[in-house]
Amino acid sequence: MRLAANSLSGPVEDVAGQAGHREHPPRMGFFTDTSVCIGCKACEVACKEWNEVPEDGLNLLGMSMDNTGSLGASSWRHVAFIEQPRRLARHDAGIAGLPVGPSGTEATAGIVESALRRAPRGGGELGTSPYEPGHVPAVPLADGPERTDFRWLMMSDVCKHCTHAACLDVCPTGALVRTEFGTVVVQQDICNGCGYCVSACPFGVIDRRPGDGRAHKCTLCYDRLRGGLEPACAKACPTSSIQYGELDALHERARGRLEALRASGVAEARLYGEDATDGVGGCGAFFLLLDEPAVYGLPSTPVVASRDLPAMWKAAGVAALGLLAAALSAFMEPRER
Amino acid sequence: MGSNMAEAHPVGFQWVMEAKEKGATVIHVDPRFTRTSALCDLHVPLRAGSDICFLGGVVNYIFEHDLVFRDYVAPYTNASFIVNEDFTDTEDLDGLFSGWDERRTGYDRSSWQYEHEGEGGTLAEPSTREHATGHSCGASGPRLEGGSGPIRRDPTLEHPRCVYQLLKRHFARYRPEMVAEVCGTPVEQFLKVCAAWTSASGRERTAAVVYAVGWTQHTSGAQLIRTAAIIQLLLGNIGRPGGGIMAMRGHASIQGSTDIPTLFNLLPGYLPMPTAETGSDLATYLAAVKADRQKGFWRLADAYMVSLLKEYFGERASAENDFGFDWLPRTSGDHGTYRSVMDMVDGKVSGYFLLGQNPAVGSAHGRLQRLGLANLDWLVVRDLTMIESATFFGDAPEIATGEIVPSRCKTEVFFFPAAAHTEKEGSFTQTQRMLQWRDKAVAPKGDQRSELWFFYHLGRKIKALVADSGDERDEPLRALWWDYAVVGDEPQAEDVLRRINGYDERSGRLLDGYVELKADGTTSCGCWIYSGVFAGGINQAARRTPGSAKDPYALAWGWVWPANRRILYNRAAADPDGRPWSQAKACVWWDEERGEWIGHDVPDFEKSKAPSYVAPPDAVGPDALSGDDPFIMQADGKGWLMAPNGLEDGPFPTHYEPHESPVANALYAQQANPTRRVYPRPDNPSNPAPSEGHREVFPFVLTTARLTEHHTAGAMSRTLPYLSELQPALCVEVSPELARLRDLEHLGWAHVITSRAAIEARVVVTDRMAPLVVQREVVHQVWMPYHFGARGLVTGDAVNDLFGVALDPNVFIQETKAATCDIRPGRRPRGPQLSELLARYRARAGISSETGTARDATPPGGGRDGEQEA
Amino acid sequence: MGTRGWLESWPVWRQLSGADPLGRGVAAESPRQRAIRPRTADADRVVHSVCPYCAVGCAQNVYVKDGEVIQIEGNPDSPISRGRLCPKGSASKQLVTGPQREQKVRYRAPYSSEWTDLDLDVAMDMVAERVLAARDKGWQNHDEHGRPLRRTMGIASLGGATLDNEENYLIKKLFTALGAIQIENQARI
Repeated sequence: MRLAANSLSGPVEDVAGQAGHREHPPRMGFFTDTSVCIGCKACEVACKEWNEVPEDGLNLLGMSMDNTGSLGASSWRHVAFIEQPRRLARHDAGIAGLPVGPSGTEATAGIVESALRRAPRGGGELGTSPYEPGHVPAVPLADGPERTDFRWLMMSDVCKHCTHAACLDVCPTGALVRTEFGTVVVQQDICNGCGYCVSACPFGVIDRRPGDGRAHKCTLCYDRLRGGLEPACAKACPTSSIQYGELDALHERARGRLEALRASGVAEARLYGEDATDGVGGCGAFFLLLDEPAVYGLPSTPVVASRDLPAMWKAAGVAALGLLAAALSAFMEPRER
Repeated sequence: MGSNMAEAHPVGFQWVMEAKEKGATVIHVDPRFTRTSALCDLHVPLRAGSDICFLGGVVNYIFEHDLVFRDYVAPYTNASFIVNEDFTDTEDLDGLFSGWDERRTGYDRSSWQYEHEGEGGTLAEPSTREHATGHSCGASGPRLEGGSGPIRRDPTLEHPRCVYQLLKRHFARYRPEMVAEVCGTPVEQFLKVCAAWTSASGRERTAAVVYAVGWTQHTSGAQLIRTAAIIQLLLGNIGRPGGGIMAMRGHASIQGSTDIPTLFNLLPGYLPMPTAETGSDLATYLAAVKADRQKGFWRLADAYMVSLLKEYFGERASAENDFGFDWLPRTSGDHGTYRSVMDMVDGKVSGYFLLGQNPAVGSAHGRLQRLGLANLDWLVVRDLTMIESATFFGDAPEIATGEIVPSRCKTEVFFFPAAAHTEKEGSFTQTQRMLQWRDKAVAPKGDQRSELWFFYHLGRKIKALVADSGDERDEPLRALWWDYAVVGDEPQAEDVLRRINGYDERSGRLLDGYVELKADGTTSCGCWIYSGVFAGGINQAARRTPGSAKDPYALAWGWVWPANRRILYNRAAADPDGRPWSQAKACVWWDEERGEWIGHDVPDFEKSKAPSYVAPPDAVGPDALSGDDPFIMQADGKGWLMAPNGLEDGPFPTHYEPHESPVANALYAQQANPTRRVYPRPDNPSNPAPSEGHREVFPFVLTTARLTEHHTAGAMSRTLPYLSELQPALCVEVSPELARLRDLEHLGWAHVITSRAAIEARVVVTDRMAPLVVQREVVHQVWMPYHFGARGLVTGDAVNDLFGVALDPNVFIQETKAATCDIRPGRRPRGPQLSELLARYRARAGISSETGTARDATPPGGGRDGEQEA
Repeated sequence: MGTRGWLESWPVWRQLSGADPLGRGVAAESPRQRAIRPRTADADRVVHSVCPYCAVGCAQNVYVKDGEVIQIEGNPDSPISRGRLCPKGSASKQLVTGPQREQKVRYRAPYSSEWTDLDLDVAMDMVAERVLAARDKGWQNHDEHGRPLRRTMGIASLGGATLDNEENYLIKKLFTALGAIQIENQARI
């Protein structure tokens, strides 16, 4: 028995080879370019249709247009919507300066936040099982002279298929495996529902499905990849916000896109999850973001599950809700419904 | 504008994103900041229903800054045509045009006509009122006696009565400050739109306009779209690649449903239905469709009509019996769906078919719809799922109020389960006129059947019942050609499409296109504009050859009417000499050596007619089209900056306030469109106009739209788990300011009230809604999606219950994109308390049947001097 | 899984014997995992179709196995949609295969609160008879000026705009021959 370099952390040259795949295709992944996401949620539906993922709750969450809440056992793609009282590069929202009153974004975020806190699992139900916010407390809206600027960010989140996948590392049954494409999948015939992976995931992605008990998450459409097809979400995506391909090529494309955006004045554009030296050795699914990761509910430095939540709250406002919910659910005693 | 493309047409929006990537500036003008706005370069807010003022402001900007693309406008539009000296503009009549007939609440259009050279001057239209009342607008091209000339022109565009000068003067007061006052759009932002739009003009650049029902569902909807057409003509953006005005239509074959209409005023191919006035015989009918001395292809309407009658009645149609024309029913005025529903309430209609349509949720004034359904002898509903329009006898809100009592409701209801799109073959026509054939994937289950099956067999059974009746009334049924090919018991859609394409009746050959149609009964054709879909005997709509660099228009994918032309009027993509305006914008051009038009697209022009061709003065029809007449369906071959015929409400678009508006018309004394269709009845109340007082009762502007995650009245989305979970509840979006004003809580309940209904929804407070300052007052807007109803996995009140029936005078579409309302915290009352709440509101607002329905609102004794007001 | 199968799939055995010493890949694969392939690979046929929701006209490929739709996704050849679908188009399989679809003719008698079943052919005959009766009830031969009308006001129709062109054609043709003029469509709305 021999261990290759960086088996547990740091950059890995051949992630599939390290998992015993001798003749294997190049590492495949997702590049999700949030700058062209129109928030249509085709990815969520196409994923569910292909993978036969059940519906997971018919409740209005008040989180902008997001009624999915977070990634979970029955939501393998999740489109986050972030309303912010600020400007996006040269985009003119046409709202700033209207002499009518101040922004309501923070107040509505506070209302949603307090509603989620009172949920049985602190909002951890989102993406996994039905959650009814019920009566929510009123938060008084501030008075003020005029509107600030406005922007609306949208981002389709998904399992990161980490180079060093904590879920896989902690799985005691071998249910979680690294495929020949370098992706990480749960073998449903092996999983016994222990839930170790749930608390291990630094992104709060994987969760157990009520009634089924087993852990579920994005497989990067492993079956489709085996047949030479692209994943269902990437195929459906109307604006190519979700791109599938060889990870190296996607990195190249993403860097070009980043340069172009910055050149056009979007100074805040950044890549997330492409850095092989980060806490998870880089991700198989990485993103182009238009703000701090925390704003989208993503950990700034993903390493372990116990992150600095309060600091993130301050940065993220409403967008952090999904993350909080997921993180809380990871901390809580797994519980069957 | 008037479209939320990223949300309602996400896959189409990929091309907008790609254009943006290549450097195009994308602007979204909309009352609300939507997912479309988030991806555009510029979002510009405006008050719902004020679009004509906004667009009129752009027209004014073009003139004021001398930005007209004259090389295009002078030869290709009617800018140089001189108009009758009796014409008087809205500037001089305070919002009315000359020809207003108070008694008929409509216009006599004779003063809107061109002047002609030589004796007689104006060729006044005989009895224009009769020929083109609203219900026949939209049918055929506007008839225009004398369109083939000689029309008096001033090529310098200086004559004070030329169309160019009249247009310039008409919009002279639509200045940026006026736009700001009427629309609530800040001047600076409006000017940004003007600068960007007008910069995409000329030889090298074009701009495209995208609209949807945000423009059509108004009492001035047709004129609204015309205003955009005027701008695009002035900038030279019609008939050119990257130009045009794109209607983003909302249903898989809604374009097909207009081309091959199930509409009361149309026969296939936009031929008008015969009316009591025009229906005495075929010749009288045709004389109303086309003038004797006019240009273009509508002059051949006799060939189109006779070929249709030959398809309808086969050998029973002959020259001797006027091709069976007398067997057609005649209309007399308004038989639109809203009129019919009122007739149902009044007990005048016995039976009603609903074919994949759910008016209890999807049509304006839901209560009226449901009361109509409850007062029929019988109702046939065909749909994929049980819908509110079938189950009204059990779950209509009127049961709670006691207005519908099941044990006293006589309507007999038949529900037939329908086959889905995968369970039948046939063609859809998509939003850019492309027919795409679908193959059948699987057989439907149980009693599920296609509409084709249903109507074929219904027709067969009815024909059998009347076969020996001897009743003259049944003669058209007996004469009806109904021998479509059948396999098993399923009629063959492809055979129907062949008959739509048309045959040479002598040889039995399928026709290659509409130019082969004859008026002598030797050809049959079910829809002349679709002729060619079976060219060469091949189902062209079933073609699936992808596009390529050599074939950028993908001409072998599907089939686009007419004649597979992808861009209409693309002769205008070349300059008057037939050369592309620029290499970047090349589409079709004249090849001197070959002596024909060639290019990337199929030329929308007679193939071998040279650009230099001048038609002889006595020619008519296609022969009268000169080489620089790109608009080959128009009676004068030109793009119409002014419309002498074809519109009920004026030759130029004019800003009128919506039927229900919180503010007075800042431009004219005339408040709303004087020709809009109103139905003053106790069961169709309108909220008051500002001049009638009680503004405080319904102080807010209400507008509605779709969500990406749902589909129209919800039968195809509220029933699906994967879509329902994405938008699980009816919500009402309000600004933080309105929330504060009305004490509304985010995620709490509120109810929205009009004089028709009160409905409840969850509140979403968002910065995406922003109040506007209109005429120095803050105007709040309220937005709701209209997909919800009583049935399905997710339910909610029907938003269309809030609206009354007030229609555009040309196309009879209802105004559901702008109304007035109130909003209050908490859920709505139930049962009789709901009726009482509405009665209280109506009493407070002083509402009677007549409220809000006044049409001529100008002061008695004529207008004012518009120049001084400017 | 039998004991022998379980032994063969025992990760420790495979870990020690293979190139996956940490048991995170090949060694941990179950037989099911190794055999996995897309269900569309088993389709009997792929049928060309078009999305039934909005009017963009996205091309769909419908995958059929044993007479059932097993998947619907975009056709990449389409110059309109390039294989993409929105959330509604992506939900097309649920639309056509879901339990919300009615399969039986249903009948509500006058003054009743209940649906009952009705044979399809009987229902067709009943509708045919009612159409002729309603036509006669609302028949108008002439207007007040004696001009021919030759129509009935007793029948109205409102169609959705997801009907095929061929269907609309027959609807208009039959109703016109019946003299029914109040024939309308979503296109009015």
